Amino acid sequence: MIPHRSPGSTGSTTGDAATATTAEFCGHCGEPSDVGAGPASDVHHRCGERLAMEPPRYCAACRRRMKVQVTPLGWTAECSRHGMLAP
Amino acid sequence: MTMQPELQANPGPILETARNQVLEQGIGLSESQLLEILRLPDRDLPAALQLAHEVRLRHCGEDVEVEGIISIKTGGCPEDCHFCSQSGLFDSPVRGVWLDIPELVKAAKETAATGATEFCIVAAVRGPDIKLMNQIKFAIDRINEAVDINIACSLGMLTQRQVDQLASWGVHRYNHNLETARSYFPEVVTTHSYEERLDTCNMVKDAGMELCCGALIGMGESLEQRAELAAQLAALEPHEVPLNFLNPRPGTPLENQGIMDGKDALRAIAAFRLAMPRTVLRYAGGRELTLGDLGTKAGLMGGINAVIVGNYLTTLGRPADADLNLLVELNMPIKELQKTL
Ligand code: SF4
Ligand SMILES: [Zn+2]
Ligand SMILES: [Zn+2]
Repeated sequence: MIPHRSPGSTGSTTGDAATATTAEFCGHCGEPSDVGAGPASDVHHRCGERLAMEPPRYCAACRRRMKVQVTPLGWTAECSRHGMLAP
Repeated sequence: MTMQPELQANPGPILETARNQVLEQGIGLSESQLLEILRLPDRDLPAALQLAHEVRLRHCGEDVEVEGIISIKTGGCPEDCHFCSQSGLFDSPVRGVWLDIPELVKAAKETAATGATEFCIVAAVRGPDIKLMNQIKFAIDRINEAVDINIACSLGMLTQRQVDQLASWGVHRYNHNLETARSYFPEVVTTHSYEERLDTCNMVKDAGMELCCGALIGMGESLEQRAELAAQLAALEPHEVPLNFLNPRPGTPLENQGIMDGKDALRAIAAFRLAMPRTVLRYAGGRELTLGDLGTKAGLMGGINAVIVGNYLTTLGRPADADLNLLVELNMPIKELQKTL
């Protein structure tokens, strides 16, 4: 499984098209992420904290807004290109 | 957040009045009295919470009602509630999406397995259209076939015909929030009026469904307006009041509103309980941010007698186990299922 994570996200992909090699974009704010080049940037530090309390909204690979479904005991986030992310 | 555990020897006169009026006589505080509660100094907060807890135990009992909520239709709402990430009028990252019925039934089963007795189906709409009503009917039937749980709905503003339909389908409780005080409402919502909200609330009650009518505090309203809201809710006599604390959402007009102070939130919990001694007062969204773990416990020992278990509609809550374990620790039994309709 290829990592498809956002800063602070604990999700993993279940889609078969997850071709990203690094998290290019922040799953919370959708701005470019520097994850992979070192520790999470200050810019996205708070985003990382927020991602402990909400699902990612942007695909970390392509910045598409994902279809997110939250249920009482779980969530899924789906990018039309890169597949499904779940906790 | 830290709380002083010791009670003050001489709590303020409003707490003495409240003890006599609310605890002994079961009469909720008036708007001006509630404002005094909301203005209590920090040193009186433990005594206010203690009194609110006694009121809850005396007038509601020790049970805690557990509920799960789920969004059947997320995002794309035509309304402009300034706190809401599901409005289609703001540049919010929340995408429109429908939940399919098998997923809904699965979630209802998972929710029931936590001990929850309430499952509330929510849609981000101004009010339901025929398609949504048909889906709700179908969902209710499938859930009833699969699991024993009370079904509530929150589908926006209703017509009389829709109220009657929901009641006849066995929806036992309907959620429609006032959100904020009448005097602050135009600052927060411009696409519909307070009166329209009240109309739906009153129709729900008249049809014999339980009314769940909530508040969202920390949106920049004054303490006077917070007291006004509690008094307006009390006048409606809802069966349940879910109490939300603003979680500022990206892209909404309130995204830069700070997170509410935890002690103010606890004062509000005590005030709402002292306004409505017999109402189910439920912890709803935003408590994780505003109160954290310590504050969550303080609220449960300060007037709250119901929780939303697990996640909210678009954000995540505390893990279900954290709340359920806390109830065990506090010796608070979960309310058991009583099919009311
Ligand atoms: S009506 Fe409900 S879903 Fe629509 S914007 Fe207002 S709070 Fe959000
Ligand atoms: Zn970010
Ligand atoms: Zn993608």
